[in-house]
Amino acid sequence: MANFSTNEFKAGLKIMLDGEPCNILENEFVKPGKGQAFSRVKIRKLITGKVLEKTFKSGDSVEGADVMETELAYLYTDGEFWHFMNNDTFEQIAADESAVGENVKWLVENDMCTITLWNGSPIVVQPANFVELEITETDPGLKGDTAGTGGKPATLATGAVVRVPLFVQTGEVVRVDTRTGDYVGRAQK
Amino acid sequence: MTVTNWQPSAAISTLKKRAQILQKIRQFFAERQILEVDTPALSHHTVTDEHLHSFSTLFQSPLSPKTQTLYLQTSPEFAMKRLLCAGSGAIYQICKSFRNEEAGRNHNPEFTMLEWYRPDFDHHQLMAEMDELLQLILNCENADKLTYQQAFEQHLFCNPIKASLDEIKTVAIQYGFAEIAENEHNKDILLMLLFSQIVEPNIGQKRPCFVYDFPASQAALAKISPQDPNVAERFEVYFKGIELANGFHELDDADEQQARFENDNMKRQQQGLASMPIDQNLISALQSGLPACAGVALGVDRLIMLALECERIEQVIAFEHNRA
Repeated sequence: MANFSTNEFKAGLKIMLDGEPCNILENEFVKPGKGQAFSRVKIRKLITGKVLEKTFKSGDSVEGADVMETELAYLYTDGEFWHFMNNDTFEQIAADESAVGENVKWLVENDMCTITLWNGSPIVVQPANFVELEITETDPGLKGDTAGTGGKPATLATGAVVRVPLFVQTGEVVRVDTRTGDYVGRAQK
Repeated sequence: MTVTNWQPSAAISTLKKRAQILQKIRQFFAERQILEVDTPALSHHTVTDEHLHSFSTLFQSPLSPKTQTLYLQTSPEFAMKRLLCAGSGAIYQICKSFRNEEAGRNHNPEFTMLEWYRPDFDHHQLMAEMDELLQLILNCENADKLTYQQAFEQHLFCNPIKASLDEIKTVAIQYGFAEIAENEHNKDILLMLLFSQIVEPNIGQKRPCFVYDFPASQAALAKISPQDPNVAERFEVYFKGIELANGFHELDDADEQQARFENDNMKRQQQGLASMPIDQNLISALQSGLPACAGVALGVDRLIMLALECERIEQVIAFEHNRA
C-alpha cells in the first residue's frame, strides 16, 4: 500500500495507525510563526470505532490502509459467520462476530448492508439506516391510546428490543432507525 | 465549464469593520509619531529560517539578458531594519507578507502583517505598548506575562531550558506524541510541538498572554539575554488559542547575525532544503549600526479574527487563496 504525506491527508483517506486501519475525519494545519509545521488530524479507528486526535510533523508520511466499502445483501447466519452476497456478481463473503458486533440485531434477510473490507476481509458491517422488522412479542397495551406516551418495550424478529407506542401490537411490522434504535413508525403495507 | 468562485470569502460587512480596525491601528501609530513606511515585497534576498518557505519568481529586466531570482518577503523585517540603520527613527508598516506551504484555519499564504520598531525600547517596553494596542482593538483586559519557562512549568511540569532531549521526549510520549517523539532528535522541534499543542490552548484564554525569554536555541533575530545566556529576548503573544505576534529585542551584532544566517543555512542543508542567499545589505546595515531597538510583527488578519470573533482567516480577508 502506498504511503501518504501529511499534505495528502484529507477527510476520507484511510491510513494505518497502531496496526489498525483508520479513517481521517479532519486535518488541521498548525504552525508556530517561527517554528515547525504540524498536522493535527482527527481520525476514527475503523475496527474499534474510537475517535482520536493525532499530530504529525508536516511532511511525515504514513502507510495507507487497503480499505473499501461495498454494498452487499445479507443472506443468513450459520451461527458462527454472517453471510453476505454481491447482488451483481453473486460473490459471497462471510463476516465474523467482531465485524458484525451489535449490529447483528438489525440484520434483515435480503437487506443491503455496507460492509467495510480491510485487505479484503470484513471489519465493519453497517446496516441500512432504517430497517423493517416484525414484532414477535409485546404487551397488548391499553385500548384507545394513540399518542403513545412513554410507550412499551417490543421484541422484534431479530431479538432487538425497541420502545414502541402502546397501540402497536404483536405481529405488526415496524420501521426502526438503526443509528439510534428508535421506533419510527408502522411499516407501509 | 470551469467552476468559478467569484464571491468574496469575507462578508462585505466584515470588510467594512476590517477597514475601521486598520484605521484605528494607523491612528494609534500617528498619535505616537511613528512613521509609516512601505518597503519592497519583492527582494533579492529572503529569510534563511528553516521553518519559513519563501515564494520566488524570476525578474526579466529589459536592460539585461539575464533573469534574476526575486523573493516575496515573509515579513518586511530586513528592509525595515535597513531603514532604522539609515536613521529613520521609530517606524511601522502594514503590508502583505507571503509564506509558502502555509494554509489553514489561521493561515493564508498571503497575509497582512503589522510590523513596528521602537528605538530605545527593550522587549518589555514594546510588550507594554503592544498591550495598549490590543486593548484598543480587542477591548480586552491588560495582558498576562509569563516567561517561556513558567508557561512550560505550569502546564507541562518540566523545565524546557534545562531538560535534556530524552526528558522532553518522555514528556511528549506521555502527552500522546509518541510517533513524533520517538524519531525526533531535535529538542526544539519537540518543544514547539508541546508548546503549540499543550501550552498554547491553556494560556491567554480570558486575556492576551505574552510569553517571553524563549530558549536561546529559538532566538531567531533576538538578542541573547545578558543576564542568562540560555534565553533570548524574544516574545510572542497568544490570545484565545491564536498566536498573534512575535517580537524581539533586536540583535544588532552584524557578525552574530551573519553566523546565525550561516547556521540556518547549514540546518536547511541537513533537512535537504536549498540554502538561501544571505542578505548582505542587511549585514552591511548592521555593521554601520542598528540603533538599540525592539520590534514586533503582528498578524493583522488574526487580530481582526479575534476582534470580530471569526473562526477562520478566510472570513476576514476578501478572497482566500483558493479564490484569489
